[in-house]
Amino acid sequence: MKQFQYVRPTSQQSVIDALTKPGTKIIAGGSNLVDLMKHGVMSPDKLVDINKLPLRDISSIMGNVRTIAIGALALNSQVAEHAMIKERLPLLSQALNAGASAQLRNMATVGGNLMQRTRCPYFYDTALPCNKRNPGSGCGALEGFNRMHAIFGQSEKCIAVHPSDMAVALAALDATVEVVGKKGRRYIAFKDFHRLPGDHPELDNTLAKDELITNVIVPENNFAKNSYYLKVRDRASYAFALVSAAVALDIDNGRIQDARIAMGGVAHKPWRFYEVEKALKGKPASTETFEQIGELAMQGAKAYKENAFKLKLTPATLVEALKHAARIA
Amino acid sequence: MKQQQDPNKAAYTEGISRVDGRLKVTGAAKYSAEYNQGNMAYAVFANSTITKGTIKAIDTKAAERAPGVLKVITYQNAPELPGYQTGKDPSKPPAGGGPLRLFVDNTVKYNGQPVAMVVADSFERATYAASLIKATYAEESFQTDVTKNLDKARRPGGVRTEDYKRGNPDEWKNAEVKFEAEYVVPIEVHNPMELHAIIANWTADDKVEVYAKTQGVKSTQNAIAQAFKLPKENVQVTTKFVGGAFGNALRTWPHETAAVMAAKLVKRPLKLVLTREMQFNSVGYRPHTLQKISIGATKDGKLTGLIHEATGQTSSFEEFTEGTVNMSRFMYACPNVGTIYKVAPTDTNTPTWMRGPGEATGAFALESAIDELAHQLDMDPIELRLRNYAETDPENGKPFSTKFLKEAYEMGADKIGWKNRPSKPGTLKEDGWLVGYGMGSGVFGAHRGSATVKATMQANGTLLLQTAVTDIGVGTGTAMTAIASEAFGIPSERIKFELGDSSLPPSPTQGGSAITATVGSAVHDACLALKEKFQQLIGNGGADQPDYVKVLKDKGLPQLDVTITSSPSSEARKYSSYSYSVHFVQVKVHPATGVTRVTKVVSVADSGKIASPKTARSQIVGGAIGGIGMALMEEGVIDHRYGRYVNADLAGYHVPVHADIPQIDTIFVNKPDFVVDPMGVKGMGEIALIGMSAAVANAIFNATGKRVRELPITPDKLMA
Ligand SMILES: Cc1cc2nc3c(=O)[nH]c(=O)nc-3n(C[C@H](O)[C@H](O)[C@H](O)COP(=O)(O)OP(=O)(O)OC[C@H]3O[C@@H](n4cnc5c(N)ncnc54)[C@H](O)[C@@H]3O)c2cc1C
Repeated sequence: MKQFQYVRPTSQQSVIDALTKPGTKIIAGGSNLVDLMKHGVMSPDKLVDINKLPLRDISSIMGNVRTIAIGALALNSQVAEHAMIKERLPLLSQALNAGASAQLRNMATVGGNLMQRTRCPYFYDTALPCNKRNPGSGCGALEGFNRMHAIFGQSEKCIAVHPSDMAVALAALDATVEVVGKKGRRYIAFKDFHRLPGDHPELDNTLAKDELITNVIVPENNFAKNSYYLKVRDRASYAFALVSAAVALDIDNGRIQDARIAMGGVAHKPWRFYEVEKALKGKPASTETFEQIGELAMQGAKAYKENAFKLKLTPATLVEALKHAARIA
Repeated sequence: MKQQQDPNKAAYTEGISRVDGRLKVTGAAKYSAEYNQGNMAYAVFANSTITKGTIKAIDTKAAERAPGVLKVITYQNAPELPGYQTGKDPSKPPAGGGPLRLFVDNTVKYNGQPVAMVVADSFERATYAASLIKATYAEESFQTDVTKNLDKARRPGGVRTEDYKRGNPDEWKNAEVKFEAEYVVPIEVHNPMELHAIIANWTADDKVEVYAKTQGVKSTQNAIAQAFKLPKENVQVTTKFVGGAFGNALRTWPHETAAVMAAKLVKRPLKLVLTREMQFNSVGYRPHTLQKISIGATKDGKLTGLIHEATGQTSSFEEFTEGTVNMSRFMYACPNVGTIYKVAPTDTNTPTWMRGPGEATGAFALESAIDELAHQLDMDPIELRLRNYAETDPENGKPFSTKFLKEAYEMGADKIGWKNRPSKPGTLKEDGWLVGYGMGSGVFGAHRGSATVKATMQANGTLLLQTAVTDIGVGTGTAMTAIASEAFGIPSERIKFELGDSSLPPSPTQGGSAITATVGSAVHDACLALKEKFQQLIGNGGADQPDYVKVLKDKGLPQLDVTITSSPSSEARKYSSYSYSVHFVQVKVHPATGVTRVTKVVSVADSGKIASPKTARSQIVGGAIGGIGMALMEEGVIDHRYGRYVNADLAGYHVPVHADIPQIDTIFVNKPDFVVDPMGVKGMGEIALIGMSAAVANAIFNATGKRVRELPITPDKLMA
C-alpha cells in the first residue's frame, strides 16, 4: 500500500475541511477500507480518522414521530446488543448479528457499514476488469463468476451487490441518514442513499465527497413483534449473503395491517419490495398469502449464468422470512 | 455404569494432554516466521497477471528507487544456482516434467507466478515497492479448466498409477442391477492458518540457517543443499511448530529456494512470508478431478463388476499423481474390477497432496456410488457393504494384518442411531427441516518407514528423545511422549521429545499417516534399548525400574544414550495393512432454501492401538471437519477466461466455522496391529477425512432424495 497521511481531528468542521481535498478518505473502524488499501483498490493520500468525534450515542428522540438516533460511530456490536434496539428494532439487531464475525462487529461502525464496498471479486482484483474500480475497463462479472451477483436493478456496466446486512434492515425500517458537509446538515431517505449502478457504477451512494455521516435515524414502528431477518449463505456464520430478507409486519387479529420488505444479496443496494408490501396489506398472515406473493416479488428480475438459482432462492427466502415474522414457521 | 463402559468416553478422558498445548495457547510456541534475526531484510513478490506467455519487458526502476529497497530480483539479474545447472537448459525440465524454477527465464506458466522479488528493509516497504513493478507480456493462449483439456489426458508414468484389471471389469454391464455415474471434486486449497514462511540466514559463504514452514526438515535440508551445492550439514533447517499444513508443506517450493538465494545476494538474513492469495497459486492444491464409477450387482447385492476411472489435473510442467482410484481395487470383494487413472495438464501451478489426498477424492465417488447402488437395490447401505466385505485383500490375495471394519460399522451405527434412518429418502421431517442419515468409509495404507531416534537418560532423570521429525499440529510430540512413557516405564512428565531440527537423527517427512508408526517404533525401540543398556550397566538382577539418577551418579556418568534406527520387518510384506474409518452423519436440509446443517457426526476409526487418546481424538475431529468442508463448501474458483482465482482469500474460500460443526463423537476400535509396528498402532491422519464427504452427500440424499455428485454441495444445488 502506498504511503499516506493520517490525521485525527476532534471537530466535525475539521473533518469536513479535510474532506474538501481530493484523495482524502474517512476511516472509522477500518475493517473495510484498510483491506481495500492493501489490495490496491483504494489508495487515498490522506486518512481522516473520525473516532474522536462524539458520534457513538444511541438515543431515543421525542418529536412528531418518535425516532431512534444511532451515531455513525456506534459499533455494530454495540447497536446489536443495545437493550432499546433489541426491544424496539429487533430486526436491526438480528441483521447486525448476521453480519461478519464478533471480532469484526466490535470494530465496524454504523457509518462504515453503510459505506462498505461491494465484495465482487473483480472489484477486489486490480488485475481484472471492473467498471466500479476502474470506469470503462468493463465488467468482469457479467460473463464470469457471478454466483453472488445482482438480479434486480443492475446495468450492463455493473452487476455487483451491496454486501451489508445492517443496511437491509435499515431499508426495511425506512431509516434516514443524517449527513453533514460544507453546505451544512441534510437528511437522506434510506432508499435514496445507495444508488443503482446505471452508467456510473463507481458511485455507490449519494453522499457528497465533502460529507460525513453523523447519524442514522429510525422512526419507531409497530413491527417489533413480527419482524425477522433471514440470511441464506454458504456456511452457518461468517459468510456474505447469497440472499437475505428483512421482513417487518404489523399484524392485528391475524391480518396484515402494514408490511416492510427489503432484501440483500440481490441488488446494488438494499432492495425494497413496495408492490409486495402493498399486496400484503389487509391479507391474512398465512402461509397461503405469503406463497402467493413470490411471483409478484420477482417481477423484473434478471439472472446470469451462475446466479440463476437466485430466481428461486429469492422468493423462497422471502416466504420463509415472512412465515418466521408471522410466527407460523 | 453404562457410561463408564463407553469405549469412546474412556478413550478421550484418558491419556496425556498435548505436551506443547500450553505453549500454543499462551503464544509462546514459535513459528517459522517468528525467528526474527538482527538486521533482517524482507522479501515480497510481484506476480504475473497473465496465465501463459513470456515477459517482454519488466520495469523495476521505480521499485529500485523506492525507500528501503535493497534489491529487485528478476530473471534478468538472478544468479544461476549451481544445483540448477544440470548441464541442460534449466528452462526445459526433463521429460515427465520438473518443478518450477523462479527467475531462470522469461516464461510465465501460470497466473500469479512470481516475476520479481523485492527485498527491502521492511515488509511494508517491500510490499509497496513490489506494487511499482510493471511487466509487459507476450500472452499465449491457455487453458486452466481441466474439463476443457480432457483430450490431453494421459496415463502417467509409474507403477502405482497403471491401469488395473482383475477378472473382466466389463462384467458389470451384464449384471442384474447396473449403476453408473460421474463425480466431480473441484480444486480445494489447503489453507492452513499459518502462511508459508521462511527465514534464511547465511552464516558463512557456504553455510545457511533456515527457519521454514515444512513438513520435513530433512527434505528441506536436502532440497536447499542440492540447489546451492552445499554439504548437507551446512544447511540447518529448524521447524519447531507448524500452524497446519495438510500437505502444502510436503515439498520445498520454488519461493523457498528464491528466498535463500536472495538472502545470499543481499548478505542479510531475509524473511519471506507468502500472502494468503499466494497460498492458492504457489503451494499446491487438491486437483480438480473427474471420476466415473460403473458397478454391477446381483439382485441380492453381490458385486459382480466395478470400474473406477479418474482424471485429475496436473500442471503443464510437472506430473502430479495420487491414489485416487486405488481404494476401489480392494475395498470390496468383487471378482471383476478395473481402475484407470489419468492426468490432464492445465496452465496452473502443480497440485499437491491435500489431506486424505487422492483417496479422499476417490472415496467420495466410490462411497457415493455404493450408496446409490444400495438405494437402487432397496437395501440398507451397511448391509450392502457387509455382503461384499473383503476378508482377505482382493487385490493381492494377502491376509489383512488387522481389519475391524465390520466392528466399526456396528459401533458407529449404534452410536448415531442408524435405525432412525428413513429407508425412503425425503420422508423424515423435523421442525420444517428434512432429516437424513448417511455413512461413508475411508481406508488408507497403514504405512511404516524408517526412522532414527536418540534416547538419552540425563543426569536429572529426564529422558530426552531426539529425531528430525516435524509436528504439523497433529500431536506427534505428545504421541511420542506417550509411547516412550509406556515403553520406558516412566511418567510422561519426565520425558522430553525434541523435534524439528535437521541436525537431529533422521526421520521422514510428516505425511501419509505414517509418523506414529514410523517414529513411534524408533522411539519404542530406542527406549527398550536404553533400558537394556541400563540393565547391563547395573548387572544382572537389577530392578526393572532402577533409580536412573542414582545409577548415573554411582557410575560417574553424565548421561547414558542410545541411537536406534527402526525399520519395518520383512514379515509385514506378507500382509495387507490398512487403517479404516467409518463416518456417520445426520443432516438437516431446509426444503425451501437448500441450506444444509450437519447435526450429528460419529466417526469410527480402526487405526490399531491408540497411542495418545486425546490427540487422536483431535486428529479425527479435525479430519471430520475437513471432510465437512470438502462436502459442503470448499472450492477454489478460477475464472478460466483469465486463469485467475476469484476467491483467493478466506472470505471467498469457505472452510467450516464453529457454527457449522456439531458435537463430533469419535470412537476407536482400539485393537493393536503388531504386524505394522511393535506398539500396534496404525495411522489415522488421512482416514479422519477420507469418506466423510460421501457420508454427507449420502445423508443429504437420504434427507431430500437429491443426489449431488459435484462437490461442494452448496444451497443452490439443493433448492426446491
Ligand atoms: C471478512 C469479513 C466479513 C464480513 N462479513 C460481513 C457480513 O456478512 N455482512 C456485513 O454486513 N458486513 C460484513 N463485513 C463488512 C463489515 O461490516 C464492514 O467492514 C464494516 O461495517 C465497515 O465499518 P468500518 O467502521 O470498519 O468502516 P471503514 O473500513 O473504516 O470504512 C469503510 C468506508 O466507509 C467510509 N466511512 C466510514 N465512516 C464514515 C462516516 N461516518 N461518514 C462517511 N463515510 C464513512 C470510509 O471512508 C470507507 O470508505 C465483513 C467484513 C470482513 C472483513
